[in-house]
Amino acid sequence: MFSYCTDPSSLEGLVWLSCYLTSGTHLLFYASFGTVLLLLALTAPVALVLGYGGAMASRSRIVPLRLFGKVYTSMVRGVPDIIFFLFVPIALDQGFEWVRHQVLCDSDLPVWQGNDFVVCPAAKLPLNSAAPWVHDAYGIFLAVIAFSVVFGAFAANVLYGAMQAVPRAQLETAEAYGMTPRQVNRRVLVPQMWTYALPGLSNLWMILIKATPLLFLLGVEDVVYWARELGGSKTSAFAYPHPDWRLYYFLALLVFYLLMTWISGRVLDRVTRRLSRGQATMGGEAQRKGAVA
Amino acid sequence: MSCVQTIRDYGLRSLGYGERLLPRADYDLCQQFTLIGSGLIWNLYFAVLALGMGFVLANGLAVAKTSRSAMLRMPAEAFIFVFRGSPLFIQFFIAYEALVLLPRAGIEVMGLTLQTSWLTRAWAGALIVLTLNTAAYSAQIFHGALMSVPKGDVEAADAYGLTGWARFRRVIWPTMMRLAWPSYTNEAIFLFHATTLVYFSGFPAFQQKGDALYYASYFADRTFNPFVAYPIAAAYFIVATLALIWLFGRVNRRLNRHLPGADKRLRYRPQLVR
Repeated sequence: MFSYCTDPSSLEGLVWLSCYLTSGTHLLFYASFGTVLLLLALTAPVALVLGYGGAMASRSRIVPLRLFGKVYTSMVRGVPDIIFFLFVPIALDQGFEWVRHQVLCDSDLPVWQGNDFVVCPAAKLPLNSAAPWVHDAYGIFLAVIAFSVVFGAFAANVLYGAMQAVPRAQLETAEAYGMTPRQVNRRVLVPQMWTYALPGLSNLWMILIKATPLLFLLGVEDVVYWARELGGSKTSAFAYPHPDWRLYYFLALLVFYLLMTWISGRVLDRVTRRLSRGQATMGGEAQRKGAVA
Repeated sequence: MSCVQTIRDYGLRSLGYGERLLPRADYDLCQQFTLIGSGLIWNLYFAVLALGMGFVLANGLAVAKTSRSAMLRMPAEAFIFVFRGSPLFIQFFIAYEALVLLPRAGIEVMGLTLQTSWLTRAWAGALIVLTLNTAAYSAQIFHGALMSVPKGDVEAADAYGLTGWARFRRVIWPTMMRLAWPSYTNEAIFLFHATTLVYFSGFPAFQQKGDALYYASYFADRTFNPFVAYPIAAAYFIVATLALIWLFGRVNRRLNRHLPGADKRLRYRPQLVR
């Protein structure tokens, strides 16, 4: 990166370190922190939408829909999330390729041949001829869906509980005013549920942050991948030879995650205080008394 | 090959007994059920021991966190912050890399040579990480419960002349457990599920002795079919989780047996604490 870095073997001390830390692979390592943040930014809203859908489905009067909602919300209770992280991307990938195989290929061969899953080249996802960044983006896309499905189920749990916690009297009052069920939902239930949902959702956000290193298991080149790659011992065949430094790289990741959760904790505390203003809860009551005194 | 023979060959494969080679072709359902079930032994091993040791440690940490002396409080708070604030996955990696750095030949302590190589094995190294991790989460739960022990209970204990250790053991601790138990049940479920992470995080599965998810992903990788092995593993985990909830429900009923309405079946309300 710097002009004096052309011959690393002649450098020493801090100068060497400044060149080492700005080498091409290190810049990719720093960019992978962006991947983590991107995953968080994409997953959180999608999971919230899925969670809202799941919670609404489990309150539905239509039996099959309610059953679906109940199964969706409770599946993460019994099955480790890691199984979903391993299962969902490969299952989705095969699903997509199978559909494309039916549409795009004119062969009558089944996709399952013994222990192989074979589709014609035109049905491959992404195509063999696609640019490398398409392969990366497709991997991240599958990861976002896997994370969203799992965290949507967690969020559905939280939102369902929050909807149940909204005082029954408020909903009955809305009904007494002649609102339709849909209006009750939109005007009273949804605005009122957030204060009850927030503790659970904050928790969920923390869990989501701490689940992001699992991207590594999905084959995405994320922070863990680069930490292992860069930290492993490098012989003198490399421009910057060094012994096994993986411990230090992982300690850097530890600091990154501690910072992320610490900052999130501070922000969420503020939001909680803001949302409980004027609510008929312990938090709201404490604020009211504090304002009077 | 009959299913009985398969069970005989692979039933204890995860512990190193029976057939040495894993199946290489013609994977049938019986093999998948047997091997994944055999791997579940490791998940149960990690969960039971980590919860047991973590429980003791968590009680100490929770009490230390309420201490007035900063010498006790600060280390407990720092410990809880680090282990609750960082991903378990990263903790596994750090522990493994740190344990690998220990001298191979062992450490000399007063003429005795302490062996260190066993620490890099999953059964010991991962167990230490899981124990410390669950201790931090449980300590936070226990601390919250300790803070919400009713003032009247403590005053009543004072009135009976109970002090110090006797007051803690006979009044404060049972109430703390009673209040913490629903959240602690939740933590136990999370930890049990987190044991599936061990063999995906640096700790090598020595001689292909792995846990349930290790074998499930082995089959899914070999057959390119995720729709058989993963559901089998999921089914095992659902059954084990239901057993765990039942067990913790029994304890919960015992903790609450003096309260009116305790004989009623307790409704388990899933919640998120982690």
